[in-house]
Amino acid sequence: MSGSAQGSPALTGDVSPHRELGLTDDEYTRICDLIEREPNGVELAMFSLLWSEHCAYKHSRKLLRRLPTEGERVVMGPGENAGAVDVGDGYAVAFKVESHNHPSAVEPFQGAATGVGGILRDVFALGARPIAVLDSLRFGEVESERTRFLLEGAVGGIGHYGNSIGVPTVGGEIYFEEPYEQNCLVNAMCVGIAKADDMVRAAAAGIGNAVVLMGAATGRDGIGGASVLASAELDSADEGKRPTVQIGDPFEESKVLECCLELLKKGLLVSLQDLGAAGLTSSAAESASAGGVGIDVDVAKVPLREADMEPFEIMVSESQERMLGIVEPGKVTAVREVCAKWQTGSAEIGVVTDSGRFRILRDGEPVGDIPLEALVDGCPLYDLEPAAPADWIYGNSKTLGGGESPDELLLSLLSSGNIASKRWAFEQYDSIVGSRTVRGPEGAEAAVLALPETGRAIAVSIDGNGRRVACDPHAGAIEAVLECVQNLACVGAEPLGLTNCLNFGNPERPAQAWQLDTAIGGLAEACEKLGIPVVGGNVSLYNEGGDGPIYPTSVIGLVGDVPDPEVAPGNTFEAAGEAIAIVGPIRPELAGSELTKQRGELGMGLPAADLDAVAESCLAVREAARSGVLSSARDISDGGAACALAEAAMGGIGATVDIAPLLERCGGNAEATLFGEGCGGFILSGPHETLTGLASGGVEVLIVGETGGQRVEIAAGEASLSVPITEAASAWRSLGARIDA
Amino acid sequence: MRARVLIRPKEGILDPQGKAVERSLPALGFEGISHVHVGRLVELEAEDSSRLSELCEKLLANPLIEDFEVQEIE
Amino acid sequence: MTSWGVLQFPGSCDERDALHACSLAGEARLVWHEERDLNGLDAIVVPGGFSYGDYLRAGAIARFSPAMEAVAEFAGGGGPVLGICNGFQVLCESGLLPGALLQNEGIRFLCRQVDLVATGADSVFLHDIEEGETLSVPVKHQSGRFYAPPEQLDELRERGQVALRYAPGQNPNGSVDDIAGVVNEAGNVLGLMPHPEHAVDSLTGSTDGLALFRSLAGVAA
Repeated sequence: MSGSAQGSPALTGDVSPHRELGLTDDEYTRICDLIEREPNGVELAMFSLLWSEHCAYKHSRKLLRRLPTEGERVVMGPGENAGAVDVGDGYAVAFKVESHNHPSAVEPFQGAATGVGGILRDVFALGARPIAVLDSLRFGEVESERTRFLLEGAVGGIGHYGNSIGVPTVGGEIYFEEPYEQNCLVNAMCVGIAKADDMVRAAAAGIGNAVVLMGAATGRDGIGGASVLASAELDSADEGKRPTVQIGDPFEESKVLECCLELLKKGLLVSLQDLGAAGLTSSAAESASAGGVGIDVDVAKVPLREADMEPFEIMVSESQERMLGIVEPGKVTAVREVCAKWQTGSAEIGVVTDSGRFRILRDGEPVGDIPLEALVDGCPLYDLEPAAPADWIYGNSKTLGGGESPDELLLSLLSSGNIASKRWAFEQYDSIVGSRTVRGPEGAEAAVLALPETGRAIAVSIDGNGRRVACDPHAGAIEAVLECVQNLACVGAEPLGLTNCLNFGNPERPAQAWQLDTAIGGLAEACEKLGIPVVGGNVSLYNEGGDGPIYPTSVIGLVGDVPDPEVAPGNTFEAAGEAIAIVGPIRPELAGSELTKQRGELGMGLPAADLDAVAESCLAVREAARSGVLSSARDISDGGAACALAEAAMGGIGATVDIAPLLERCGGNAEATLFGEGCGGFILSGPHETLTGLASGGVEVLIVGETGGQRVEIAAGEASLSVPITEAASAWRSLGARIDA
Repeated sequence: MRARVLIRPKEGILDPQGKAVERSLPALGFEGISHVHVGRLVELEAEDSSRLSELCEKLLANPLIEDFEVQEIE
Repeated sequence: MTSWGVLQFPGSCDERDALHACSLAGEARLVWHEERDLNGLDAIVVPGGFSYGDYLRAGAIARFSPAMEAVAEFAGGGGPVLGICNGFQVLCESGLLPGALLQNEGIRFLCRQVDLVATGADSVFLHDIEEGETLSVPVKHQSGRFYAPPEQLDELRERGQVALRYAPGQNPNGSVDDIAGVVNEAGNVLGLMPHPEHAVDSLTGSTDGLALFRSLAGVAA
């Protein structure tokens, strides 16, 4: 076989083809060794994608082995399209978070939309009906025009896709930090439900079974997407990359979704796999490899949107809304009938073989032939060469002049993009379709979704704080897990399983390698200690702009069990005259805080968390929330205790609080007491005796004041603040107007 | 024949997209542009053009809120 | 017991929610868009979502489906038909209800709990709701701005066809005269942009939407 006759990727000819496709000389040599000849154009294109960082995890796979993946409730772990946990009564909840950073930085609307489309497919590929989407977004500062362009596009794209397909967007987070100015982060998480016995794995099986491609026709979308977009740093040449952006069609996906769920319900599929990055190449290769079989695909049988596509283009196209099913020969007709009912395409494009090879044919003539093991498992895995930077490698910009009163500091923090209400964004999302949303966006610390199937509910949270991971990758990564666990505790949820999206810079550079290595260590330690299995995840590397790397951002998605959703507390004060307590071992410090950012004084180091003590306080809060005795619960995070108290007052009931006991813990530093951050702190409201009762198990409980009135009044020793709720609210609700300005 | 159908919001009906475009122009340095309206363009090939108007009234446009215009391309 | 049929188009989103709401006021089944047979059904819901992707115009393609042709006939014979959100758009597009739904004034999709005020209009779906009564119901749409030409609007008001208005100051989309829902002249067809099927359970929201579904049972009894 010669490459030239079958068409090759368009190359400039300046450098060797493999280099232009992102493979190193050593990797190319290894490919030749593995297949015992030089690859032709089709084969080289396929290798370049499956051996890209995006598909092969070549710089992160070794590190990820440190994460604990086992647990009693784990139904499916890493390696499947998504992870899944047992939620009782024979049901499982599947979930996964995935990045779509680079596509979104190029074309935010379609990038974010197809990010949602992709993560939905991962979940329904298991046979689970998607019931919720959450998203985690990061951009440059609000004042930047580029930020507003990206934000408007990304939020619009998420809404467009999720709303149109009828899956509610129930939560998420948005952060604004300078290091994301060029390279925004768009991470989407999907949660789905299935009967555990009906779930299907991705592994192909059954020699002679048909390979059926379902859904949209194949076009030139995203050709080179996986290797070009996801494994190279963005630079000023982004304009030229626009043609490779994939376009999403939620209507097509909604039909494919219903179609696939019907096919699985009728038992017509042996296995199912979605087509994501690297398209047909990746899904067919991974499915065959997981099943230990071989696969033949005839590109002439693939329905095309553009007739003149070359075999390599068909194999690597990232056209959206496509699924690959393995079907017993006798059931192909039935499968195609269901596809026709849903007005979605279907074509028998190949067959499962016993060859252990991936053969690409065109009209029956071979145009590529690769041993699957070489393609899927042959990629070299690299060791990082981490080195801790001597100092803070990011900039510092000062937005506070100095000399502000505590009142002014509170208002400044509440109006910062990171802390302010994200109503502007979440009102653009349908958060209620499906009738499961007990607690939606900003309604509680975690989203709560009813599961009428089991009579219980789940809580879901997605969280990360890149700035704090930048200050201390180990402690910051632990905090991100604890933040989620605390969020779940507030609504009475026990963690069942965790997924993560690790967004980092170029792992070939020592400082970024150190961030990645150290953060994964922190993540592993937290999960190990808290007994939470990591059931899936995603790594996005090479997130850098012209000015350097993004903040290392480990985004955590956590799913937990809520026995009784009726009593899940909200996060604002419910009634006047109730006690307010600060619960947990929190010792707030200004290091890495929002206030320190605004003062332009960020640097290395965070206080270490006492994992055992935080876990104990989470348990106490969870049990209290479950017993229905709490009026409200929230954790202390961005902006510290003062912001948490002010946000708890946004329902219109104020608070009068003296946090002197916390001041003692902070060694008398009033600012740290008011605005300092750190994990392990909750603000609870409810009956006095209920809150004091929490202390019995050795959990630290400080009764600090009472709800009521129209102001937020906080005394911390000599310092104090007093702000009318209306004023705090107008600061907190200012984000939308600033974005639209 | 090949035809192009232009569909635009009826005169006097609020066109928020048009307004949004118009509002954004000065900031981009385009002065003196007004009355921006955003509509839709449908291209089609028809063996028989006699029923194109009816097609537009029934499906392509909603006559209550939209005007349409059929242009023959060749 | 009322027997409800809930239409299902490719691209429908809220049909299961509507099915659940109907089941709280009778028995209910889905009606696939290619079905023409509505025999045995006492009432029809055209649910929310993005029928046929809402391509071209919201509701524009769905009106030509076999099921919608049957619904038009059903409505012509006095059968109760409730169109919610995309269903309202479909009913307007098919001429079963007056007016049209345009893109929101704010352009964006908007999901928000709003208060509706009942006008006392005569409809089989509104018997349990007093004039002036306020209902808390969510909206979620991008093309919900009700519009009717001035003469038609006057007619609607005169004939009492305006069924529901957004409470003062809460009009989420720029609808003319704060109109959230309208009925046909006979009162058997009601269309509204807000989602009463998402207001039937205190666990997930308000229960103010139940009255629309239960009204029919009261009428039938």
